[in-house]
Order: sequence, then C-alpha cells, then structure tokens
Amino acid sequence: MIDKIASFGRSGADLVISIGRAGRFLAGVLSGVPRPKTGFPLLMKQLYSVGVLSLAIIVVSGLFIGMVLGLQGYTILSDFGSEAAIGQMIALTLVRELGPVVTALLFAGRAGSALTAEIGLMKATEQLSSMEMMGVDPLRRVIAPRLWAGFIAMPILAIIFSMVGIWGGMLVGVEWLGVFEGSYWGNMQASVDFWDDVVNGIIKSVVFGFVCAWIAVYQGYDCVPTSAGISSATTKTVVYSSLAVLGLDFVLTAVMFGNF
Amino acid sequence: MTQRTTDITVGLFMLAGLAALLFLALQVSGLSPKSAKSTYTIYADFNDTGGITPRGRVSMAGVTVGSIDSITLNKETFQARVAMSIHGDVDNIPADSAAVIRTSGLLGEQYIDISIGGEMDSLQPGDTFYSTQSAMNIERLISNFASGK
Repeated sequence: MIDKIASFGRSGADLVISIGRAGRFLAGVLSGVPRPKTGFPLLMKQLYSVGVLSLAIIVVSGLFIGMVLGLQGYTILSDFGSEAAIGQMIALTLVRELGPVVTALLFAGRAGSALTAEIGLMKATEQLSSMEMMGVDPLRRVIAPRLWAGFIAMPILAIIFSMVGIWGGMLVGVEWLGVFEGSYWGNMQASVDFWDDVVNGIIKSVVFGFVCAWIAVYQGYDCVPTSAGISSATTKTVVYSSLAVLGLDFVLTAVMFGNF
Repeated sequence: MTQRTTDITVGLFMLAGLAALLFLALQVSGLSPKSAKSTYTIYADFNDTGGITPRGRVSMAGVTVGSIDSITLNKETFQARVAMSIHGDVDNIPADSAAVIRTSGLLGEQYIDISIGGEMDSLQPGDTFYSTQSAMNIERLISNFASGK
C-alpha cells in the first residue's frame, strides 16, 4: 500500500521534473543567437524534410476531408432546404477548427515522430556527445533548426490544408451535387471574416506547430538511448502532441470564438 | 540533394503557402480591395432589432449596398440605434425611405432592407431614417393571434 502511494508520488514528481527540464531545454534552444551564415542552410534542410515532404499527406487529407464535409453537409443541410449554406459551413469548419487541428495531428505523426527518432538515434550513437566534444553546441546545431522548421512549416501546411479542403468541398458540393456555385462562394464570403476567422486559425496553427515541434525535439533529446527508449520516445511524441493539440484547441477556441 | 535544390523546393513551398493565404483572404473571406472603397454612415432606430448582427447585410431591392457597423441601445428612448455604412456610390437614397428588418428565407439570417421612398431629397451622411420597421417576431405574432388582437 505504502509502495503504491510512493510510486504514485514518484510519478507525479517525475512529471513535474520532466516539464521543468522541457522548459529549461526550450530556453536553452531559443537563447542561442542564430548565426545567419551557418544556420540558414540547416534551417532550409529541415524545412524541406519537415514541411515540403509533409505536403503530400496534407494535400491528400485536406482534399478528402473537404469532400467528406461537402457530402455530409449536403445530406444534412438539404433536409432543411438550406444546402446553399454548404460553402459557409465547409469554410468555417476548415479555417477555424479542422485545418489547424488535423494538420497538427498529421504533422505530429508524419514529421514529429521522424524528428524524435532522428534525434534519439543521434543520441544513442553518441553523435550529440561527440559534437559537444568538438565544441559544437548540439542544441544550436541540431535542435534549434528543427524546432524553428516545425514552427514555420506548420502554419503554411494548415493554410494549404484549408485551401485544398475548401476546393474539395466545392468539387463535391458544386460539381457533383449541383449547389449553385455563386451561392457557395457568396455565402462563404459573407460569413467568413479575414481577421476573425482566417487569422485566428493561423494563430492556432502557429501555437500547435510550436508545441508539436517542441515535444518532438524534447522527446528525442531526452530519450533513453536504446532502441526500446527511442521507440517509446517516438510513441510519446505522437501521443503527447495529439493530446496537447486537442486540449489547446479547446482553450484557444474558447478564447477566440466563445463570446464571453 | 544539393543545397540549391533544397532552397528552391522550400521556396516553392513558402510560395504555395502565400498563394493559399491569398486564396483564403480574397476568395474565402471576400477581403477584396473594392471593399475598402469609401462608405458613409447613416443611422436607424428600431424598437426591436431581432437577430441582426454587426457585419450583417444592408440591401436595397435585394442588392447589397452596405453593412451594419454597430448596434447600440439609446438609453433615452430605449430603442436600438443601428449604424450602417453604405457604399459611397449609392448616394441618392430618398430621404423618406424606410429601414426594414427582413429575414432571408424562413430560417435564414436577418438583414436590413431599405424600402425606397419617393422624395427628391436624399439621405446625407449622418442622417437617421425617418421610419423603420422592426424585426418580425413569430412568437409575438402567434400570441397576438391567440389573444385575438
């Protein structure tokens, strides 16, 4: 009994310690002054692997989610004879919620897990410690470009996701089910506000990108340097990122769109 | 992959993001340069604004000619004072026109419709509509009907 209580307390203390370490780690990464000459090519390389290579999954998922929204929305809205509102439904759903959230979830699975595994393997093969031996700061050389790349790539991916989704919804709603194209775009333009909806969605995706990249690089940097350790760190990255994104999404939605 | 190819693909990626942002701004949210053109403000006092909201539509013969700026309560008359901005090129609204709150469709959004009057003088910026017609309230209609008024 005492053992159980003790282990419960220990896991609580461990949680607080790891949050503290993650915060200190983040401060260490961000406090390094970037060197444009050497830092920029590294950032480009990470933007390529984190952003450009995630584009395919983002575009395909966005297209299908938009098409499903169009189909499902049409079925429900046509019961009320208001299928013309389908454009506004799809656009608001994507721009406010699904765009940032689904992109972040896909990003955590596609790019976050790769970041964790890469950094974890670097740690397991002692590349990070040998960098330190050579006087190269691994936080600045390895971690910082990856963190910034996730931070920059995520909003771009979310915007592309929303755009492709809206286009996919038009494909189903207008081309296939025969909603009038003018009312599709017209209702959308009348109800979507650039600052209230689009920009708030982008702010959301910036926050999600930051959190996902932070969790991914921290889990990689902090993992137990064995094969089992790397695999559990990769799992933790996806699980923690998804939970953090969904939880933060509720808070951000309440702040941005809840009128109170 | 050489640094140059990486730079080019990342550049294209950034441009795709920018293009998507432009699409969201212009096509989806209708943030067009022409909405920045000059407008003037006129006012209307309603007994009941029903469901109209700021950013809502102001139309004339079904054509959108402006939008609702703000809805405030006039504490002296206990009426709602609605400020609406009308496109600058619609500058000949007759002075005896009426502002009417209508509903598009049975369940649709509410908007302000300007029913045209016949006077030669036109409303100037800052003027207030002489006559208004408040939102139709179905509950009130039913209760009036039930009580036989």
